[in-house]
Amino acid sequence: MKKPDFLDAWSSLQGDILNRACATIKNSGAEDVDAAIEKVPTDFRGFLALLSDAADGRMDKIKKAARDLTAQRFGRTVNLYIPMYLSSSCINKCLYCGFNSSRDYKRRTLELDDVQREGERLRAEGFRNILLVSGEDKRETTIELLENSVKLLKAMDFSFVSIEVAPLSTDEYKRLGDAGLDGVTVYQETYDREIYERVHVAGPKMDFEKRIGAAERVASAGIRSIGIGFLLGLGDFRKDAICLAAHVKYMQKHFWQTNVSVSFPRIHYTPPGFSPENKVSDAQLTRLITAMRLANPDVTLTLSTREAPELRDALFGVGINQASAGSKTVPGGYSLEDSEESENGQFPVVDDRSPAQVAQALLKLGLEQVWKDWDPNLKPVEVSR
Amino acid sequence: MDGVVKVAVSDDGLVIAGRKFKSRLLLGTGKFRSPAEMARAIEASGAEIVTVALRRVDLNNPDDHILSHIDPSKYLILPNTSGARNAEEAVRLARLARAAGVSDWVKLEVTPEPRYLLPDPVETLKAAEILVKEGFKVLPYINADPILAKRLADIGTVTVMPLGSPIGSNQGIRTKESIAIIIEQSEIPVVVDAGLGAPSHAAEALEMGASAVLVNTAIAVAENPEGMAIAFKKGVEAGREAYLAGLGKPLMTAEASSPVAGLPW
Repeated sequence: MKKPDFLDAWSSLQGDILNRACATIKNSGAEDVDAAIEKVPTDFRGFLALLSDAADGRMDKIKKAARDLTAQRFGRTVNLYIPMYLSSSCINKCLYCGFNSSRDYKRRTLELDDVQREGERLRAEGFRNILLVSGEDKRETTIELLENSVKLLKAMDFSFVSIEVAPLSTDEYKRLGDAGLDGVTVYQETYDREIYERVHVAGPKMDFEKRIGAAERVASAGIRSIGIGFLLGLGDFRKDAICLAAHVKYMQKHFWQTNVSVSFPRIHYTPPGFSPENKVSDAQLTRLITAMRLANPDVTLTLSTREAPELRDALFGVGINQASAGSKTVPGGYSLEDSEESENGQFPVVDDRSPAQVAQALLKLGLEQVWKDWDPNLKPVEVSR
Repeated sequence: MDGVVKVAVSDDGLVIAGRKFKSRLLLGTGKFRSPAEMARAIEASGAEIVTVALRRVDLNNPDDHILSHIDPSKYLILPNTSGARNAEEAVRLARLARAAGVSDWVKLEVTPEPRYLLPDPVETLKAAEILVKEGFKVLPYINADPILAKRLADIGTVTVMPLGSPIGSNQGIRTKESIAIIIEQSEIPVVVDAGLGAPSHAAEALEMGASAVLVNTAIAVAENPEGMAIAFKKGVEAGREAYLAGLGKPLMTAEASSPVAGLPW
């Protein structure tokens, strides 16, 4: 008998179910939103209501419920993490991305002593939670570089090390898990296959099925934590939200020892020649985050420095319990003397406050920044499926 | 009835591993909005035992912002192994804490499932066996499983800590019948831990005859944690006094109000 996989679950959502769900969202009114807030964690019907336009009229109430639920589950805290870009070399042609292979600029891949130097700077700032990011190019971001970087960072006392790189095989994830890897982030970009295939025009990333199966390969390899999400602006955010919620539930059900977290990367800047078809407004982003929180009390929700300070401050603790601060999105960005990074980074950093400034902002919001919420002695799980 | 000894509240003390405590309220230190607020809540609660998550603290850093706010001469710091998903991880964490000079007491928390954070009975028993042999004072967090409670007591843990409801759920005691059996059968202190959302829940546990309770979320995320800590303190005291005064115990035949103390069991 074939083992169930998420592609099957995703397929069964497409067409009729998604269409009816979207119609339900459209027809949702204030009473539906009130009912959704009443019973928390909210069910599927409630989730749909919270994504609707009617939710905007009840946002104060929704935000209060989301704040209370987040505090209850995670405390009045926000976990801080920092991305370290390992390589900007990429062979994919993704129309929306700053690392798009058709963009002509000098790419860079860090060597291990660069990783050491950058790591030292970041440890000195207080970070214990680090995310290694790279474009997809197996000649540059080799599995050995990943493995050695993970080992090095663990030895430098980063207590949580995760990666956001091209989808790997289960065996490759296992190898990195043995090296000490604690988490993997892989965004589907969009769960709309037609749009996905339209914006990924060249390179291995064109393979929709390989991408959508990545999260369960991560979990099968015993990696403790999986981060998923979609890129806001590509597909219809309501449809993508429903598929993402289904993905969360699927992962929780089939990999009960794996911690699932969700992030909300939103397109702001795009390379010339591309314009997102489905731009998501601040209000819609707020709806999405609060809906996700009220439907999933136990999932860590992350907002990066792509978003403006004011918006981040409005969402810290209101659903969002994890954030980056002081990010640089070019390889070697923390050791750079000049500011060449803004043109050649993967995306522009809009909230460019330092970690200390973000910590101050959190303090004013009645929240505490958490640098360390994991420990090197907590290792990958044994998963039998 | 003659020969009945009424237990005076002032003599009534909690004893764990041969050590006496006046307070029957244990406090968790997670989820507070600041270390200063945490310290004020601990002070207000009257708690003498506070738990600290080893995954949150930096044992190598003398200025660790949690540990530096808890005076070890005033409080017994009880490290917990939260985050551990098997015996091996829990044991490793406990050994580290002892080696760093934190404590040889350990609250054993083995929770492989990250949503409800329910304790794994098999791995908890395994870890307890190892740690007790190594001389730790083990306080295991368990589901309200009377058989598991007996097995742990048999191997030498110093308490059992059955959950009232899942961590952070604030649902109160949803495992009442099973906890009652554990209390009835236990020769070691029973500390009801997890899910206690209101002082009335804590009072309920003490009224049932539990030796103590552990509270974290309900105090840490209250609008006024210090005030809530005081309320829980009173709830625990009220519950204990009610228990000693003989609250609603099903009595033999038609005895209307015999005191608890002095009955054969």
